[in-house]
Amino acid sequence: MSVGIPMFLAVSAILFTIGLIGVLLRRSPLTILLSLEIMLNSVNLTLVAFSRQVGGSDGQVFALVVMGIAAAEVVVGLGLVVAMTRRSMVLDTDELRTLNG
Amino acid sequence: MDLVVFFVASVCAIASAIAVVAQKNPFVSALALLANLASLAALMLLLEAQFVAAAQIIVYAGAVMVMFLFVIAYVGPRGEIGPGVRKPWLVALSVFAALLIAVEVVVVVMGASLGTVVTVDASYGSPAAIGEALVTDYLLAFEVVSVILFMAAVAGVVFGAGGRPVRLSADQVLAKEGESAVERRREASRAALEAARDSTTGESAR
Repeated sequence: MSVGIPMFLAVSAILFTIGLIGVLLRRSPLTILLSLEIMLNSVNLTLVAFSRQVGGSDGQVFALVVMGIAAAEVVVGLGLVVAMTRRSMVLDTDELRTLNG
Repeated sequence: MDLVVFFVASVCAIASAIAVVAQKNPFVSALALLANLASLAALMLLLEAQFVAAAQIIVYAGAVMVMFLFVIAYVGPRGEIGPGVRKPWLVALSVFAALLIAVEVVVVVMGASLGTVVTVDASYGSPAAIGEALVTDYLLAFEVVSVILFMAAVAGVVFGAGGRPVRLSADQVLAKEGESAVERRREASRAALEAARDSTTGESAR
């Protein structure tokens, strides 16, 4: 293999940072969920890369479990967005400050 | 050859990730995320993880993204919210903290001596190998994921279908959005009524 494992890890770190910036700066809950997906997937790439380094299938199983949890998280997040839309609430995380003391 | 595929896939992945974060329209963001997932699957294929790459395409691109697109279509233009006005020092602090993590990880990873990469045989990353690991060593995690997915499905139904949709009365709209909004809604309903009447008369004439 001509491409080193550290190169994959660097790409994964850059993707994680982009997703993190999206989660921190965007206000639309839909875009925040999409940025969260980028973060989860970059970590999946890290797990697969380390799995290749060691040569076992443990990291890949871990990545599959992360995929399942990400699907569950998306269902709950999108369910909240739909509930907010049905109740005619504003889809803006800066406006949703009822719990802000 | 590997190097070319790696660079094309990683540049695509990073560019589409930036597009996801920067786009105002969530529909375009979702399509950019689709490109991001495909490039990541290519990177996983380079790491000889065929089954995870296939699952990535089937589970994410096939199932999760379809759900995303349905909800984005349901929400409609209300989902289009730009970055908005934030305190500049808050934005700078967020970007600085995120970049700090990236620099830290890249420096550590590039400087670390990970040792030589082991050579693997053809069965590495095949569905048979992954499936065997899932139902022997990681049976508990496998079962727990299925329970969590079931709970998420129940939660999705409760959030999405529970309760009645709240329709604002004219007074509430007035209090919330001002006089012009009420006028606009009245205008829109009148136009819809006209259109309905036009279409019915057109059909009876035919």
